[in-house]
Amino acid sequence: MSGPTELLLEVRGLAVHYGGIRAVKGLDLEVREGEVVCLIGANGAGKTTTLRALAGLAPSTGSIRYAGSEIAALPVHRRARLGIALVPEGRGIFPRLTVAENLDMGAYTRNDRVGISEDLERVYGLFPRLKERQAQTGGTLSGGEQQMLAIARALMGRPRLLLLDEPSMGLAPLAVEKIFETIRLIAAQGMTLLLVEQNARLALAASRRGYVLEGGRIVHQDQAPALLASPRVRAAYLGA
Amino acid sequence: MMKPGCKGRRALVIFICVNLRSFADNSFLRMTNFLSDRIYRDPRIARIAFVALGALLLVLPFLVEAGLGRTWVRILDFAMLYVMLALGLNIVVGYAGLLDLGYVAFYAVGAYFYAILASPQFGLHLPWWALLPTGAGIACLFGVMLGAPTLRLRGDYLAIVTLGFGEIIRIFLNNLNAPVNVTNGPQGINMIDPVTLGGAALTRPMDLFGLTISGAHAHYYLFLGLTLLVVFIAFRLQDSRIGRAWAAIREDEVAAEAMGINTRNVKLLAFAMGATFGGLGGGLFAAFQGFVSPESFTLMESIMILCMVVLGGMGHIPGVILGALLVTMLPELLRYIGPLQQELIGHVVVDPSDLRMLLFGIGLVVVMLFRPQGLWPSPVRARELKPDNPDQVHQEQEALYDAER
Repeated sequence: MSGPTELLLEVRGLAVHYGGIRAVKGLDLEVREGEVVCLIGANGAGKTTTLRALAGLAPSTGSIRYAGSEIAALPVHRRARLGIALVPEGRGIFPRLTVAENLDMGAYTRNDRVGISEDLERVYGLFPRLKERQAQTGGTLSGGEQQMLAIARALMGRPRLLLLDEPSMGLAPLAVEKIFETIRLIAAQGMTLLLVEQNARLALAASRRGYVLEGGRIVHQDQAPALLASPRVRAAYLGA
Repeated sequence: MMKPGCKGRRALVIFICVNLRSFADNSFLRMTNFLSDRIYRDPRIARIAFVALGALLLVLPFLVEAGLGRTWVRILDFAMLYVMLALGLNIVVGYAGLLDLGYVAFYAVGAYFYAILASPQFGLHLPWWALLPTGAGIACLFGVMLGAPTLRLRGDYLAIVTLGFGEIIRIFLNNLNAPVNVTNGPQGINMIDPVTLGGAALTRPMDLFGLTISGAHAHYYLFLGLTLLVVFIAFRLQDSRIGRAWAAIREDEVAAEAMGINTRNVKLLAFAMGATFGGLGGGLFAAFQGFVSPESFTLMESIMILCMVVLGGMGHIPGVILGALLVTMLPELLRYIGPLQQELIGHVVVDPSDLRMLLFGIGLVVVMLFRPQGLWPSPVRARELKPDNPDQVHQEQEALYDAER
């Protein structure tokens, strides 16, 4: 077993260009095993781009070391197989497949039937609402339920690192609360999480550490409580 | 200004249209649901249905010949051929969601491969049992060749490139008679060897247990056997891991990738599998016709095969089979409009050759208006294109209610 201090993800000099536009300009960050880390920042700061680059969905330069090996050159599906699961912005569920089929797709790379059915029970335990709706198509779920489905589907792949992109986006306040409750629960079970969120207060409350992004660079990083207390962060992102 | 009463009449027409539409939708849907439910749930009914269907398929050419004549046995053969093609295209379009408008190219590759290696063109007469599978294999390679450069394309752009590919193949076949005469150009290749059985050509009438079996009949059984094989493979593919990966790609390619699916390979596999069926169909076509020319492989042919898939119900095997049968047989049936006019009015008012494609086109438009999901859609597609069905409305209302809660 790896201790909580072991580095799972180590990013050095990550840069992403979209045509001539530099969306992420060389950032360093690290995530330790079992840790919840959040990236906060304003619109267009490069949070989502960073996450997409880590999953392999955006072409990037720089070094990404994951579980001791360099993965920057690997395509998306290879990274997914190594245990990096992205829950994309806007959820990216399969709208015309049923909830059960969606979850089944999450376990696509796995062959252990027993383990899969155990995990299915586990995610249904985490999200009883999904069990009620397992025969319903993904597209007919409410926004909150779709977010639950997206997280549950990612968990079905038994990831080592869960990348969550804006889980609160477009959700009703109650649903946001519920999603974050679950995120805390998943984290308490030992999952390593890298969370991108506009709602900085919520994100920091759920995290151990946080990075503040501005214009594609990390301008501030600290323990989450310290960031919550920092006057600069409070003024810029917490509206207080 | 509108005349009084006009408004009312228009409202009435709209009312009738809307009701007719919902009636047609619901009753069709209910009927197909009811039938499939009964068959799926009760194994006894399923068994009886299968035996009955098998028996019907076995005696069908004799019934058809007795009722409609020898021509219709040939039409039946072609229908079977198109079932194979449509099921092949269905893998690409229906399962993986990749719009391929050049599918006929693979059909052409299979047909010409067979024709060149089993005809006086080069004096080669390789055996059919070797040519049919290798032809399918060559078509499979062409499928990968088309697939590889188009991996990043989607939707309309993919359609345009595949359309171009289909045309390129046809134009090649048309012009490859110089400097070395490979395809014999627009004249096509003639006198292609038929499929033989124990030394006897399948195109010649045979005597079997005192029963004379014509070439059309013999080919019917050959095509039937291969069609059943193709149907079986299509079903297995659909239920396989690869089938699930195709469905995921069709729904959301990025999400599919994030699930660990190698989207490049899986998409290539869809093209390759579809092309394989096309190549097999092409070889059979060449052997059956004894003649191939570039004219048989025009864009129109691709579009007809796509029509079969869309009309029947994309991604649903029974629907696609139904679509293929209808699209091959309806235009033939409409030929009877001429004799029918003769019978009823005493002379031919409209030439059937003018009318039948028009009627066929109207038929397609009507189907697409009233049943955009196809005549016999898969449950998933039905959900997708009929969001106003009561079940889903109910689900959505509940979801809304829950969101408020």
